[in-house]
Amino acid sequence: MLFLAALAFIFDPANLLGDKGILPRLMDHLLYTGLSLGAALLIGIPIGLLIGHTGKGKNFVIALTGSFRAIPTFGLLLFIILFTGLGLWPLVVVLAVLAIPPIIAGAYSGLDSVNRETIDAARAIGMTERQILGKVEIPLALPLILGGIRSATLQIIATATIAGYVGLTGLGRFLIEGLALHDYTLAFAGAILVAALALVADGVLAIVQKLVVPHGVSRGMARTTTRSNRRSAPSALTRAPITEG
Amino acid sequence: MQWLWENRDLVFGLSLEHVRLSAIPIIVSLIASVPLGWLANRFRVTRAIQLTLFGILFTIPSLAFFITLPSVLGTKILNPINVVVALAIYAIAIMVRGAADAFDSVSRDVIQSATAVGFSSVSRFWKVELPLAGPVLLANLRVVSVTTVSLLSVGALVGNGALGYLFINGYQRDFPTEVMIGIAFTLIIAIVFDQILVGIGRILMPWARAAGDSGRSALTVGSAA
Repeated sequence: MLFLAALAFIFDPANLLGDKGILPRLMDHLLYTGLSLGAALLIGIPIGLLIGHTGKGKNFVIALTGSFRAIPTFGLLLFIILFTGLGLWPLVVVLAVLAIPPIIAGAYSGLDSVNRETIDAARAIGMTERQILGKVEIPLALPLILGGIRSATLQIIATATIAGYVGLTGLGRFLIEGLALHDYTLAFAGAILVAALALVADGVLAIVQKLVVPHGVSRGMARTTTRSNRRSAPSALTRAPITEG
Repeated sequence: MQWLWENRDLVFGLSLEHVRLSAIPIIVSLIASVPLGWLANRFRVTRAIQLTLFGILFTIPSLAFFITLPSVLGTKILNPINVVVALAIYAIAIMVRGAADAFDSVSRDVIQSATAVGFSSVSRFWKVELPLAGPVLLANLRVVSVTTVSLLSVGALVGNGALGYLFINGYQRDFPTEVMIGIAFTLIIAIVFDQILVGIGRILMPWARAAGDSGRSALTVGSAA
């Protein structure tokens, strides 16, 4: 019943536009996601590539991805806001912090999965370090790099739901309002919308991942040894929890 | 610190609640992962179905789960069962993939040798495949553990967040210390759980450290931590 009522709410044209409409809140949700992801990429990709290319700092990546998972993002956001006051930036910072570890981990494990002999061969035919990185390592690592970005994006979308609790909007606002007003139809509708956005984003990113990967690179993972646990390494590293929201 | 001392009963009670609510999904996911992992490893079709299904469930934001589950389960929205079930779904989603990887990591040569020396497929599973899959299972269970402990606090928005209560209460009262103590105790529980799992792993799989601690496999285990 609740489900049908929620669907009715979603498909009622009256709820699409306007101040508290679905469309503006969706746009806000995408805005928070875009800003946070952009910031996380600017920081995470260079660090991940540097560590992956040089091979130095592996323990840093391990410690980072492990310990960041433990931080309750919701608590961190509220803590920061008590000092900075309400606003867009605390949210963006917290979401970016959340997204940086999977991005670094993806970039790092991507480069790490590239066969050493391939890199040595590239060096032997006279490629500079920059060329090796740009023309050999990154293309071969692309599936895992994108995998990290995909997992980061999904975490941001899920966690951006809590924006509704700290004076911002986004799709999470329906959930928060619904809970506060004991209007469970509204909360349920919000839940459906957030879940739908996450699933659509995941699907789109999966397609992008398929399209962008160069021909011949299957999944960027070492296939030389048939049943080694190599294959599991990158996925375990990049696969991160869907946090909050 | 003074606040913590004055409210030690509250914080202690919430911490116990946190341990209780997060331990259930972790244990459930471990128990579920063995048959599911075996199934995923045995048949290509079941593997695809499981990975797709749990991949979709894993994508759904937790707050959406917390709110929609009551109408699926027929429970009240404030019932802690909702949060436990939602967290268990995530935990199983991580473990299904992890278990498939874990059983994959068992070398085919070893399995064939076991068959050759006369293991039946059932005893081969329990005595050869499961122990050898153990380290990768453990690595994934550590991810599950840390994720569950940190994710539980979001449940505070639907009245069941254990230590997450301190976040909301501290925020509403404009009292950062309370929020900080909530974060600190969540981290402590996550670390303690992790150490317990590592300890259990050392007792049950004493060979894992010696054999699998070099190079890439160290990354597998460590990264998943």
